[in-house]
Amino acid sequence: MGHGHARGVIQAPAIDVRGTQYIDSVRLFGRIDMHLPAGQWTCVLGRSGVGKSTLLRLIAGLTLAGEFEGDITASDGAGLAHRISVMAQSDLLLPWLSVLENTVLGARLRGQTPDFDRAENMLKRVGLADDMWKKPGALSGGMRQRTALARTLMEDRPVALLDEPFSALDASTRADMQELAAEVLLGKTVLLVTHDPAEAVRLGHQIIVLTPDAAQPWPTPDMPPTRDQYAPATVACQAALLAHLREIR
Amino acid sequence: MTRIRYALGACAFALLLWQGIVWVTGVPSFILPSPLRVAQAALDNRVLIAENALVTATEVILGLIIGTVLGAVTAIQLANSDRLHRLVMPLLIFTQAVPVFALAPILTLWFGYGIASKVVMAVLIIYFPVTSAFYDGLTRVPADILDMAKTMGGTKRQIMRRIKIPHALPSLGTGLKLAAVYAPIGAVIGEWVGASKGLGYLMLLANGRAKTDLMFASLFTLAIMTLLLHLAVIKASDYLRKS
Repeated sequence: MGHGHARGVIQAPAIDVRGTQYIDSVRLFGRIDMHLPAGQWTCVLGRSGVGKSTLLRLIAGLTLAGEFEGDITASDGAGLAHRISVMAQSDLLLPWLSVLENTVLGARLRGQTPDFDRAENMLKRVGLADDMWKKPGALSGGMRQRTALARTLMEDRPVALLDEPFSALDASTRADMQELAAEVLLGKTVLLVTHDPAEAVRLGHQIIVLTPDAAQPWPTPDMPPTRDQYAPATVACQAALLAHLREIR
Repeated sequence: MTRIRYALGACAFALLLWQGIVWVTGVPSFILPSPLRVAQAALDNRVLIAENALVTATEVILGLIIGTVLGAVTAIQLANSDRLHRLVMPLLIFTQAVPVFALAPILTLWFGYGIASKVVMAVLIIYFPVTSAFYDGLTRVPADILDMAKTMGGTKRQIMRRIKIPHALPSLGTGLKLAAVYAPIGAVIGEWVGASKGLGYLMLLANGRAKTDLMFASLFTLAIMTLLLHLAVIKASDYLRKS
């Protein structure tokens, strides 16, 4: 890795989340004790409404319904503000801007002059070199999500929080996007919220199952991600994880 | 094209019906002139009508521009500050309960018989629809997008400029379409209350002298002007939507 990305290789911190989330004094989840290892992918699964997205918003420092009692700390002791980029299920592209302009949105919003050379490199990296001047309306779902990925990469933040970014894509596009994301987010501390056991087993250095009571680690196969989806160990892990998810429901 | 053909057909039918009623009932022309008579009056008085139409058009367009700018600036300020919104919005809604028609004599007193009082009328009548339509657009940016802007470290000013305003332009277009129809009403009411020029003035003048055909000719001129303005605004707001 590292080609075209030599600039600003920031050491990614590990992140610890400890505490309980309340909504109207009713406990949503916790008390959880979760460790996101530095420079690795942590995949969080759990049934709908258990607070996976809440957890992500919490780490991102976004406003939430309810209250969090506890703390979120980075291993290097610094704050997390402005060190996080978020990628959501919907691509959040602005329809009136071209792919290139969407990619440099962060710089525009901070009132900085965008680095278009770097943006073009990012777009090349995600395979959109020929589509830079198109509007999002003219792109397929996969291309839109790739634009969103390029926009996330442009931010060059050491921590990436991904909220089901691939769930709206068709199976083959999803597999492509998973590989691309794993490649380009290498070295960053990544939290991926997903509904898909296969995705978690494929991408996660660590898998966590979130329930109302706890954040339980789930054993991953003995090979590093990105794992072969059809290797026996991967398939077995997926099956066990799915069975577990159905059980806790 | 078929739509235009249908519209023309409907107009032709209405004119024929009108002409037919005049023929059958033999109603005197100072009560209801026939379309042919109105067309003749329009032709005979074309210079007079054109001069006055130009005055009204100037009032309407100036009113539209000033009202839109004021409305857009207000909407942006209101969207920037919740407190300002809570403070100002009730006032704005209250002013909507005052019929603008009732203000016309006062405006004429304050701004005189010239075009200023009519422009102010037009501004007052379109200010609120433009403000509220644009404000709605500015405050309805999806929360996800604003969250993203926040994690990117965007400044309030840039978020307004790069996200909220472009997002709200189609809503502004909707407000402008309403404004294009309301603004001529404001101008004409102003002219009725006190003026020496304009289509509203011409209509009153013609009416007072029982020149009903000239009154109808002025009325149709006004209607056509309003339609053209409306079409122009639709074109402009389509452009806003696409850009």
